[in-house]
Amino acid sequence: MKITYPHMGYSYIAFKMLINDLGYEPVVPPEPSKRTIDLGARYAPEFACIPYKVLLGTYLETIEMGAEMAISSGGVGPCRAGYYGVMHQKILNELGYDFKVFILEPPQSNYLDFIKKLKVLKPSVMSWRTFIQLIKKGYSKLEAIDEMEFLMYRFMPYEISKGDTARAFKIALDMLDQAQTEDEIEDARWECRKVMAKVPQDRSRDPLKIGIIGEIYVVLEPAVNFYIQKTLGEMGVYTDRSIWLTSYAQKNVVVEGKVGERDIHEMAHPYLNEMIGGHGINSIGEIVIYAKGGYDGVIQLAPFSCIPEIMAKGIVPRVSREEGIPVMTIFIDEQTAAAGVLTRLEAFLDLLQRRREQKTVKERLA
Amino acid sequence: MRKGYLGIDVGSVSTNLIVIDEQDEVLVSLYLRTQGQPIRAIQEGIKQLSGLVPDDVEICAAGTTGSARHLAGVMVGADIIKNEITAHAIATSRFVPGVQTILEIGGQDSKIIILRDGIVTDFAMNTVCAAGTGSFLDQQASRLVIPIEKFGEMALKSQHPVRIAGRCAVFAESDMIHKQQLGHSMEDIVAGLCEALVRNYLNNVGKGKEILPPVSFQGGVAANAGMKKAFEKSLQHEVIIPKHFAVMGAVGAAIIAREAVEQTNEKTRFKGFEVTDFSYQTRSFECKSCPNRCEVVQFFQNGEVIARWGSRCGKWDKVS
Repeated sequence: MKITYPHMGYSYIAFKMLINDLGYEPVVPPEPSKRTIDLGARYAPEFACIPYKVLLGTYLETIEMGAEMAISSGGVGPCRAGYYGVMHQKILNELGYDFKVFILEPPQSNYLDFIKKLKVLKPSVMSWRTFIQLIKKGYSKLEAIDEMEFLMYRFMPYEISKGDTARAFKIALDMLDQAQTEDEIEDARWECRKVMAKVPQDRSRDPLKIGIIGEIYVVLEPAVNFYIQKTLGEMGVYTDRSIWLTSYAQKNVVVEGKVGERDIHEMAHPYLNEMIGGHGINSIGEIVIYAKGGYDGVIQLAPFSCIPEIMAKGIVPRVSREEGIPVMTIFIDEQTAAAGVLTRLEAFLDLLQRRREQKTVKERLA
Repeated sequence: MRKGYLGIDVGSVSTNLIVIDEQDEVLVSLYLRTQGQPIRAIQEGIKQLSGLVPDDVEICAAGTTGSARHLAGVMVGADIIKNEITAHAIATSRFVPGVQTILEIGGQDSKIIILRDGIVTDFAMNTVCAAGTGSFLDQQASRLVIPIEKFGEMALKSQHPVRIAGRCAVFAESDMIHKQQLGHSMEDIVAGLCEALVRNYLNNVGKGKEILPPVSFQGGVAANAGMKKAFEKSLQHEVIIPKHFAVMGAVGAAIIAREAVEQTNEKTRFKGFEVTDFSYQTRSFECKSCPNRCEVVQFFQNGEVIARWGSRCGKWDKVS
């Protein structure tokens, strides 16, 4: 069977291997483009958010490529994402496609259902042990990909010749793509670190530091967020983002609230101590964490009409004032124009730069 | 020879050119309509400007801002290309001492800038709605057959402004027609429209911002006395309209250009007033390298490509 999945940053490399390992034929989703969004927006309800439209567009594109099923994640709590799988299925059926949208809900919402669904995915001849090992292997590849992307944004503001880091990252991704066994992945990870570390850097620079927060999909998919981290990196800004697929999986999917997630919630408590769905409460907590970590500013990315992020945005002015950190919110949908985003980014960087200069002057006087 | 600094702000509706001296005093100020043709507007502006600049003034730096800032920048040879928000903030803090809030309403966008201790601490621009900007006022004035210059004056005469739904430009118009059909006076409707637009601005662009005095109101719409009065009524304190309110963006661009050149001590990249003699052309093509199908715009000066923009991946940005 030909199986596809949503495109989320660079994770497609790991999912491709996993699906292949399980004995299916993976259909690698193309990077979301104008065509993907056009297709999605044409058939999606007008008021659905951009992740919904991009996913629908991706399914339609992969159907053209022969995909018969998509595996995606569900969601719980007050965010519409929980219904999206069902809605996608309905729309695709109405369009006359024989295509299955297979949704994995977070395990803690219903363990029995989760195991039942895994059973469907596990080929009957395969032992549970092998199955779990293959998933673990996929996860370690995912982790390696995350690490390299993380390093790219770390190094970019220091690179001496523009584009070096991005090129090194591309090489690293190819190496990880080639690695198939557990050992090969481990070896490739070491090699990739070396490739990344070879980028000539000027460590005497003191770049502006910006934290990127918000809704998971628009934070993770560069093609949807105007390559915000790369763009900022090229402008010489050091960025850190709050959500990564692997740490995300660790904190949210497996043991909700028990690993790192809890302190994010605790940090948010002076301002918000209620789950408002999606990544709303995280967004608040993460602003506090970035402020305490000495960052110059925070950018909140949110799909237009995303209720959790809108609620968070309502609390942001107070958090920003009391923690002393500027926050800019960018709402994204198919109508958002790149020119407007760039203008805002430029102005925000000017704001942060002047603010920092003033701070230094004040400190010198004191 | 005196030193002069050129600032150009090319917006959706107007193209403003100004020349300031070393003390940031405005020597020449020009306000033109862009009319959807920025290249022509810039050339026309430069041409008019060359006749107005005193003979003993030499342009030592040039800066551009506004939505066509990149285009203007490559055309005239700018030393700096700055976003509108920074340009407005810089100019206003120079001319309105201690300013803490800037309300700016232009042709198609409106913004709010919050400053504390002379630096920008927060800002916002309209994202989803252009109700209440200059274009809409323009359109309503012409529908009511009132010259736009008289619009504000008329609003001031009103005793009882009517309440108009200002959330959406289209619905505002139908609501205005409805009020007209009920027989309300033109003055009250016009004043009501100003109040509705102010309400819309404060609820959208100004949402969650701490608006503290001194408040400066600028951009083309600040010429409308009715809008000033409506802002004052709503904010409950005085609203200052700086002398060069309509060209503040251009003034800011000139100041930033002056500072940049003074800092680096380099010779300006300004090509001189001759740019009016060059022929400029824009041609675009669709890049077929990936499904994004970006429309890449090529900018020609005398038949030679001097700039390209529009590709998402940056492949075409460099001109070789």
